[in-house]
Amino acid sequence: MMLHSKLSSNPAKNYTVATLVSVGKHPKSGRPRRSDQDSKALELALNMDNRSVHVIHAGDSSDPLRQSVLREYLGMGLERIDVTRQNANSDAVPALVERLKMLQADVVLTGSRAESGEGSGMVPYLIAQALGWPMVPAAVEVTAAGDGEFEILQALPRGQRRLLKVRAPFVASVDSAAAESRQTAWASGQRGQLQEMAIGSNPDEVMSQVTVEPARKRPKRIASAKKAKTAADRFKAATAKSASKGGAILVKESAEEKAQVIYDLLVSQGVINKKK
Amino acid sequence: MLESVIPWLLAGFIAVLLAGMLRRIRLWRAGQPEKVDLVAGLMAMPRRYLVDLHHVVERDKVMSNTHVATAGGFVASMILIILVHGFGLDSTILAWALLATTAMMFVGATFVYRRRVNPPSRLSKGPWMRLPKSLLTFAATFFIVTLPAAGVLPEGFGSGVLAFILLAGIVAGLGEMLFGMGWAGPMKHAFAGALHLAFHRRSERFGGGRSTGLKLLDLDISKGQTLGVAKPADFKWNQLLGFDACVQCGRCEAMCPAFAAGQPLNPKKLIQDMVVGLAGGTDAKYAGSPYPGKDVGNATGSPVEVITEGLVSQETLWSCTTCRACVEECPMMIEHVDAIVDMRRFLTLEQGSTPGKGSETLQNLIATDNPNGNDPQARGWWAADQNIPLMSEKKEADVLFWVSDGAFDMRSQRILRSFVKILKAANVDFAFLGDEERDCGDVARRLGDDATFQSLAKRNIATLSQYKFKRIVTTDPHAFHCLKNEYPDLMEDSGLLKNGWEVLHHTRLINELVAEGKIQLDALTSAGTVTYHDPCYLGRYNGEYDAPRDVLKAMGIELAEMERSGFRSRCCGGGGAAPITDIPGERRIADMRMDDIRETGADLVAVGCQQCTAMLEGVVEPRPEVQDIAEIVAAQLVEIEQPSESIAKEVA
Ligand code: SF4
Ligand code: SF4
Repeated sequence: MMLHSKLSSNPAKNYTVATLVSVGKHPKSGRPRRSDQDSKALELALNMDNRSVHVIHAGDSSDPLRQSVLREYLGMGLERIDVTRQNANSDAVPALVERLKMLQADVVLTGSRAESGEGSGMVPYLIAQALGWPMVPAAVEVTAAGDGEFEILQALPRGQRRLLKVRAPFVASVDSAAAESRQTAWASGQRGQLQEMAIGSNPDEVMSQVTVEPARKRPKRIASAKKAKTAADRFKAATAKSASKGGAILVKESAEEKAQVIYDLLVSQGVINKKK
Repeated sequence: MLESVIPWLLAGFIAVLLAGMLRRIRLWRAGQPEKVDLVAGLMAMPRRYLVDLHHVVERDKVMSNTHVATAGGFVASMILIILVHGFGLDSTILAWALLATTAMMFVGATFVYRRRVNPPSRLSKGPWMRLPKSLLTFAATFFIVTLPAAGVLPEGFGSGVLAFILLAGIVAGLGEMLFGMGWAGPMKHAFAGALHLAFHRRSERFGGGRSTGLKLLDLDISKGQTLGVAKPADFKWNQLLGFDACVQCGRCEAMCPAFAAGQPLNPKKLIQDMVVGLAGGTDAKYAGSPYPGKDVGNATGSPVEVITEGLVSQETLWSCTTCRACVEECPMMIEHVDAIVDMRRFLTLEQGSTPGKGSETLQNLIATDNPNGNDPQARGWWAADQNIPLMSEKKEADVLFWVSDGAFDMRSQRILRSFVKILKAANVDFAFLGDEERDCGDVARRLGDDATFQSLAKRNIATLSQYKFKRIVTTDPHAFHCLKNEYPDLMEDSGLLKNGWEVLHHTRLINELVAEGKIQLDALTSAGTVTYHDPCYLGRYNGEYDAPRDVLKAMGIELAEMERSGFRSRCCGGGGAAPITDIPGERRIADMRMDDIRETGADLVAVGCQQCTAMLEGVVEPRPEVQDIAEIVAAQLVEIEQPSESIAKEVA
């Protein structure tokens, strides 16, 4: 095992993978922890061949508890993490973009959604937009296919998978269905370096105006129990994919038309109110 | 002619012995420094050998006498041989004494020989099969050679062919006894064993004491240390010495539940592999039982090579339940569990390769203070209807009830409720920590994560030191052990130790309550045959064998004891985080324990541990019923008149 990983990391590094990690939040205790998706993204990066991995954290890391979480990422076998220290309530995206430009990364991997704070899931999109790169959501596997191309296995609902071929550079967000991250080794986490980077922080206009409260898990709506002879039948009835009714596939239509359809749907579902 | 050769032979062999000893000592010194009082240790050594070691050996009477005769005979003979044949002292008395000691050794050696005729599988073969013959040769030859000096045979006896035969005997005998002692023959055990007793890392074990708490790991990595034991040279020097004392008797192997279950662990082989590691080489010469499912001959190691990369596989280390049956049984008082946990520490803290659910469990312990990732704010929920005072409100109580992680488990909650019922019936002034309690750190520690153990322990100690209580009582032997034996290492600057730190298992408290008449118990007649399973962490770790039995007796129960009970109790399979690492074997340890229980014809097995309860109840039915002593007692409580004072309080 060890021998193998040494061998495979020795030949010239062909490309650079940047992984963005954040401080997560345990769903039960609410305490800081390694974010589930971010550590899966890092696991994905560490398992790629002939890569050099850079791990970047932007956030308020002055708190020792949050620092010990960063050390848990270090304990996955990293020598260092770039920490661009940000004030509380600042927008991490500009700092991350600046750092990524400096790095000249080929691939950027992130989790799909932060476990604390705004948790909007927008960070990977905003970064991709700022860099002008494509963004691939819900990756569960990324492998280099040579010539700057990468194969990305993407998770779709109900366990389906789709294989995409993407040319670097790109941003991909990692789905919870990706492989479990490796164990963190306490001692190597202590030895690793948290390298502070001097990049200014930008106040987040939105965050300064909102109050954040923990999300509650809503009970899942399942199809009402049908009369069935066996438990297996009942299970099927409750979980079977309901055949989609109605809907429309819009491909050739103009952006305005597509937007109108989505807008109407959102209004009909009561997600947003119709403009007065 | 013989008489003139013997002194030179003696001198030669002694020189070789000394050279061998020096080399061996150099090998041990490759280990890490550990403070030991050398002089006091050496002074105490004879007593430790004659009293403490024999206490263990004596469990096998014949073997004990055999050893006294052979070893005593040899030591005395050797001294006399040097005087009579080495220096040629012309004393008939000494010669007669030598005849007596060689005769004694010969008798002892015949018993060694007899045991080796049909040796049980736990004994190592190879050179160990040669040993009795060498002993007989040594004793017989020197007996005959001494006859002239004693005046029984004429001087000058022993020439010609006979002289050559005797000479061959002397060379063979001295070769085994002296050369072999210095150069890793079976007799090495005498030399290493004596020093091991003198410089033992847990000197508290001698003189009837007990020392079972794991040693604190220094977490300071600023000087570039690796944590835990990666290579043999990372052990303390006296641990290496201890491995060398092993006589390959296999008593540990015979008692090891993991070995019996066909998991890849054999404590004897493990110790022998450590010897291979400290001396460098392969296990090709090992002539005992292998690790189940693994062939002998493929292991190689040296003091500076990582143990788990070629010497011992990781599964071997993770198969151990830390039940201490091997340590309890080892006549050389070798500490297998310390060594295993030391190596686990490296795997977990440095390599992050804890198998099974280990990683998840540790993450949970870090983020939620309990192994299953439950909401720490729900820890007290089991007691919602129990009306137990909270320490945070009451601040002071006679007894602090340490609940442990059973709080989150529905089956364990039945034990907890039963115990609360007993405490209330006896009017004990008690309180609990509720959500302020955390996992005691047992599982993290046995998984090798001493960082998490120390973090949990320190926070628990900080919580405990806010309150006043006389004693802590718990229904969980693992928490009992941690709090009682392992927390004090971290409490040096807390007031708790000074106030007299007393931790009890609930069976002890119940027993006291019965003895003081605070509770009365109905006889239990309807349970049929009852047996009792000693939890490892209560029995072997803490010597608590009597209290549970006394409580059962107080209910008129006559125990049908298992063959393996008391200090020889077999583990339920639940300790040492073994259910978490879950190394596959051919059988399940819990099933084997249930077979032990069935053998007594028991209808009910009483236990004193929620983990044992879970393991034994996990055995498929039909099987005897499993109940914690607290549950049995709670069902037999006789309502007694409450003292009027407390009734008045209740009314008010
Ligand atoms: S502690 Fe128990 S399981 Fe571990 S090696 Fe010793 S006897 Fe075997
Ligand atoms: S470790 Fe102890 S019990 Fe096991 S074989 Fe060696 S001497 Fe015997």
